[in-house]
Amino acid sequence: MAKGWSKTRAQVERAKERVIELAIAACGISAVVFVFAIIYFVFREAAPLLFGGLDIGQFLGSPEWYPDSVSNKRYGALALIAGTLSVTVLAMAIAVPFGLGAAIYVSEFSHGRTKEALKVVIELLAGVPSVVWGFIGLVVINPIIIDVFNTAVGLNVLNGAFLLGLMSVPIMVSIGEDALKAVPDTYREAAEAMGATKWQVTWRVLLPAARNGLLAAVLLGVGRAVGETMAVLMATGHAVHIPTSPLDSVRTMTATIAAELGETAKGSDHYRILFVLGALLFAITFVVNLVADVAIRGVRKR
Amino acid sequence: MTATKGITASRLNLWYTKFRALTGVDLEIRHGLVTGLIGPSGCGKTTLLRCFNRINERIAGVRTEGKVEILGEDIYAPSVDLVELRRRVGMVFQRPNPLPLSVRDNVLFALRTHRSGGSLSRSEGDLAVEASLREVGVWEALRDRLDRRATELSLEQQQKLCIARLLPLQPEILLMDEPCSALDPSATQRVEELIRKLRGRYTIVIVTHNMAQARRVSDECIFMLLGEVIEHRRTEDVFLAPQDERTANYIEGRFG
Repeated sequence: MAKGWSKTRAQVERAKERVIELAIAACGISAVVFVFAIIYFVFREAAPLLFGGLDIGQFLGSPEWYPDSVSNKRYGALALIAGTLSVTVLAMAIAVPFGLGAAIYVSEFSHGRTKEALKVVIELLAGVPSVVWGFIGLVVINPIIIDVFNTAVGLNVLNGAFLLGLMSVPIMVSIGEDALKAVPDTYREAAEAMGATKWQVTWRVLLPAARNGLLAAVLLGVGRAVGETMAVLMATGHAVHIPTSPLDSVRTMTATIAAELGETAKGSDHYRILFVLGALLFAITFVVNLVADVAIRGVRKR
Repeated sequence: MTATKGITASRLNLWYTKFRALTGVDLEIRHGLVTGLIGPSGCGKTTLLRCFNRINERIAGVRTEGKVEILGEDIYAPSVDLVELRRRVGMVFQRPNPLPLSVRDNVLFALRTHRSGGSLSRSEGDLAVEASLREVGVWEALRDRLDRRATELSLEQQQKLCIARLLPLQPEILLMDEPCSALDPSATQRVEELIRKLRGRYTIVIVTHNMAQARRVSDECIFMLLGEVIEHRRTEDVFLAPQDERTANYIEGRFG
C-alpha cells in the first residue's frame, strides 16, 4: 500500500516539475516573440511606403523634411539623421572618458565603503527618468549655456549631448567594471611584483586585457544615446537643421517620431514615413548592440 | 663583507586580520645560494616568501611587524621605494602568469615600467629580449614567435618566460613560489636545471612542497611549521641528520 502511495506522489511531483519547466520556458521564449513582434509591427506600418514610392535617395540624402506641406511634401531625413548623429557623437565624447574613468576608479582604485557607495549612487543615476533629465536640460543647462556661450538659445546639440552623456555613464560604468573585474587578479599581481604602479598596471595590462568588454560598454552607451527620446526632445531645440556647431539646435530621429506621430492620420504617408524612421533607428541600435555582443564574447579567442 | 647576507629577518610577525601566520621569524639567507623553504601546507612558507618583496601588502588586513633586510637594507623602512625594491627582488609564481601580451612585451614589461622617463629603443629591446630568453633556454624555440601571445605558450615555456622577464632588471634576489607545481616531471626537471644554472648570480629562495625537489636544487633548507622557523641548515644536514624531532618527522613523511 505504501508503495502505491509513493508512486502517485512521484507522478504528481513529475507533473509539477513539467508544468514549472514549461512555464519558465515560455517566459524565456517570450522575449524572442516580443522582439519579432516589434520588428513585424514596425515594418508592417513602414512597408507600404518603404517598398511603394519612397525615394530612398531623397530620404537618406536630403535635409528637407516637410511632411506637412500641402503642395509639395518632402521626406528628407538627412537633417534628422545628422541631429541624432551629432548629439550621439558629442554625448560619447563626454561619456566615454567619464564612464570608463569611473569604471576604472570603481574597479581598481576604490575600496570598501567608497566603492559600495559609488556603485549605489551610479545605479541611482541610471534610475532617473528621462523626462527629469529633459527638465534639467530645460531649466538648468539651458540658461548656463546661454550665459557661458552668449547664445540666444541654450537648447542645442551641446545641451542634449550633455544629458545623454550623463545618461549613458551608468551603463558604461557597470559593464566596464564587470569587464575589468573579469581580468584575473594574477595579472595584477604579476605586474605589481615587477614594480609596476597601479596606474601602470591599469594602463598597460588591464585596459588591453579588458579591451573587448570596455568596447562593449561604450557601444551599449551609444545604443542608449541613439535611442533616447524624451530628454533630447526637450533639450535640443526642435529645429530640423544640419548642425554646423555644437551650439546649433537640432532635432533627432527619435524626437521627430515622438513629436509628430500623434498628429498624423493613420495610414497616411506621413504616418508611414515615421515608421520608416523607426525602422532605421531599430536597424542602427540592432547593429550597435550586435557589435557590442560580439565584442563581449570576444572576437579573438583567448 | 656583508655580501654573504642575502636576506635577514628578525622578529618577523605577520597577521591576516586576526590570524597569525608568522611568529617571531628570525633567519639569515645567504647571498648567492639557493635556499629551499619547506613545510606542510599552511605553515607560512609562501607568506614568508611574499614578505621579501612586500607583495603581501596587496591583501587587505595584512599587518607585518619586525624587520626584514635585503642586502643590508631594511625593506620595511618608510623611505623604501617599492618600485625599486621589486626591481631588485623578482618573483616567480606557482601558476605561470605571463601577462596577456606578446612574448616580447612580457620580457620588456618590467624594463619599460622602470624606465618611465626615457623610452626603450628597438635595438636595445631586441638585445634584452634575446639575452633573457637565451638565459632561460627558450630563445631557439621562441625566436620566431615573439609576437605571439604569451598565454598561448606551453606551461613550461610560460614559466621560463616568467623567469626571463625578471632578468633584464638585473635583480639580486629571485623568489620562487612552487615554480614547478603546475608542470609535468620532465618540464620540472628542465626548470630545476635552469635554477641550478642561475645559482651563484642570484640569491634564490624557493618554496616547495616537494621534498625531493628541495633536496635536488637547494643548498640550504629552512623547515617551517605553524608560522615558525624550526630548522635552517645545509640541505644535506636537514635531510640526513635533522636536529629537531619535528623536522625528522616531516622529512620521513610521518605528517604533512
